[in-house]
Amino acid sequence: MESKEFKNPVVSWIDHRLPIFSFLDHEANEYPTPKNLNYFWNFGSLAGIALVIMIVTGIALAMSYTAHTDYAFDSVERIMRDVNHGWLIRYIHMNGASFFFIVVFIHIFRGLYYGSYKAPRELLWMLGVLILLLMMATAFMGYVLPWGQMSFWGATVITNLFSAIPLVGENIVTWLWGGFSVDNPTLNRFFALHYLLPFVIVGVVVLHLVALHRFGSNNPLGIDTRGPQDTLPFHPYYTIKDFFGLSVFLTFFAAAVFFVPNMMGHPDNYIPANALQTPAHIVPEWYFLPFYAILRAVPDKLGGVLAMFGAIAVLFVLPWLDRSPIRSARFRPMFKIFFWLLFIDCLVLGYIGAMPAEGVYVLIGRLATIWYFVHFLIILPVLSVVETPRPLPQSISKPIFNAAGGGLAGAMSAPKEKVE
Amino acid sequence: MRRFLVSLIGIFMSLPVLAAGGGDTVLKQGDWSFSGPFGHFDKASMQRGFQVYREVCSGCHSLKYMAFRNLADLGYSEAEIKAIAAEYDIQDGPNDEGEMFTRPGIPADRIPSPYPNDNAARAANNGAYPPDLSLIYKARPNGADYLYSLLTSYDEAPSGTQVPEGMYYNAAYSGHMIAMPQPLYGDDVTYADGSDSSIDGHAKDLVNFLAWTAEPFLETRKRTGVAVITFLILLVGVSYGAMKFIWSDVKKA
Repeated sequence: MESKEFKNPVVSWIDHRLPIFSFLDHEANEYPTPKNLNYFWNFGSLAGIALVIMIVTGIALAMSYTAHTDYAFDSVERIMRDVNHGWLIRYIHMNGASFFFIVVFIHIFRGLYYGSYKAPRELLWMLGVLILLLMMATAFMGYVLPWGQMSFWGATVITNLFSAIPLVGENIVTWLWGGFSVDNPTLNRFFALHYLLPFVIVGVVVLHLVALHRFGSNNPLGIDTRGPQDTLPFHPYYTIKDFFGLSVFLTFFAAAVFFVPNMMGHPDNYIPANALQTPAHIVPEWYFLPFYAILRAVPDKLGGVLAMFGAIAVLFVLPWLDRSPIRSARFRPMFKIFFWLLFIDCLVLGYIGAMPAEGVYVLIGRLATIWYFVHFLIILPVLSVVETPRPLPQSISKPIFNAAGGGLAGAMSAPKEKVE
Repeated sequence: MRRFLVSLIGIFMSLPVLAAGGGDTVLKQGDWSFSGPFGHFDKASMQRGFQVYREVCSGCHSLKYMAFRNLADLGYSEAEIKAIAAEYDIQDGPNDEGEMFTRPGIPADRIPSPYPNDNAARAANNGAYPPDLSLIYKARPNGADYLYSLLTSYDEAPSGTQVPEGMYYNAAYSGHMIAMPQPLYGDDVTYADGSDSSIDGHAKDLVNFLAWTAEPFLETRKRTGVAVITFLILLVGVSYGAMKFIWSDVKKA
């Protein structure tokens, strides 16, 4: 890395020995970013901020939380009642988990729509899927900590999934629990891991950013930047745009925290855990519902578990399933239709996951599960071959289409010229 | 892509409906002062609700997360709280001789539970455990309407319905068979302020009280929320203006 001259002599002195200021200047200030990014590109930085919010509030909560089955529920109530602003910190943390997932899901669907997973960004995408997996593990274990009814029964159901593994399944479950049921050892290790994993996520996020800055952001046109005329320095253009996005995000987030803090939670989790009383419906947190629906769609325990993990696994290999060289759905008319079908399919799966596994819900859940895998394993590879993409613009700064199909830009600008 | 956001908001809004789950009951709707973004507690009603709790509910139900000092939120003065606390006998100890002893309550004490432990509570109630009421408002879907309906929906079972021994018919309870005998009939307690002491009045006062025990910072939360949201909306405007200003020299592609 070339070192840069700084006006401040202290900064210069440090930078000569430890080029941290050159690094920041290069990666956060002048970092060339495509000039045509739309608001869907805000969600990456929002996810990073959500992670920081979760870690900061989480550390504050850990200072007043007691990881013991006899005291966990009471300690959370103590935070809510007697710790200064404890109710605020906890509601931020509780709702922060949901908002973190909302932001990350939008971030992922943006990547799917604009083909951000394609070469040369395959590792960037795979690191992102790894972050999603780590987030799911962290969120699941965090939900167990208040030791309410849903905490306990959710932990029981999900850890029991591992018993589906042939031969050693039961042993693995006993090992996970640290006993013969979800109990105090389970709560203790979940607390330890819930504290650890966010920092692992931070590590993977750093790798995610390193991989991102290798080739820079994808963009809505999905074509590579061709030079300085296509890009803007990250600061101030995208710092201010991210700041604007952040203020909008915080408005929605604050509305949830201050006015409907329990909307995305389950009332049963305000009932202390009771191993002798099973809730009528054990429902996971909303962000797990699509995966829960896939789990229940397969009428075999091992098959269901494999399908659920398979739903994430297909995302890992997505760059090799979708072989089309065109990234953005804007230029892929058939892919665009199937993208929206997949999106609806995920919503249907989420809805089915919240419904009891009976009657017509089972059938819909199975069809939606099949469609999910058909989309990734059959439709995307086939589309790569059969689809005729629309002509690509030459560059970001000259979105002029090569072929006859692109008369839109000219038609829009013609009347305006007359007025001027 | 805009449709995408709209649908997302749609799901977001329908989540509480999904979470509420199935039910074979229809709840009565109450008009609660604490609902809505500007919601606030009705202190007079909460004091009456506390009276109903003390004279009726507390025979079986604990309120273990509440301390006497918390009653200041209901508008009681320090002297009144000391007087209320002193009416209770609190077991304390061990003292220097190693003996447990009983003393009058002080504001720092939690409200004592009616039973020494869960097993005693079950034994005294036909095996059914009377739940702690501190969080009951948050622990049931649609808590306020649910509690109000439950308290006022005891009835004769419709003909043909068998009510098992030790169970009671309640139209608002899931499955309609509840182990709790009808707690309120109207005029169960005498209100000093002459308010409506019908079963309806009692139930509403009690709901106002229990909403507070579950969510004691509700007023602070909503008041802070209004200020925070106002600030954030201004920030959205300012940051949007700043963004437009900074981007004004960029030629639209």
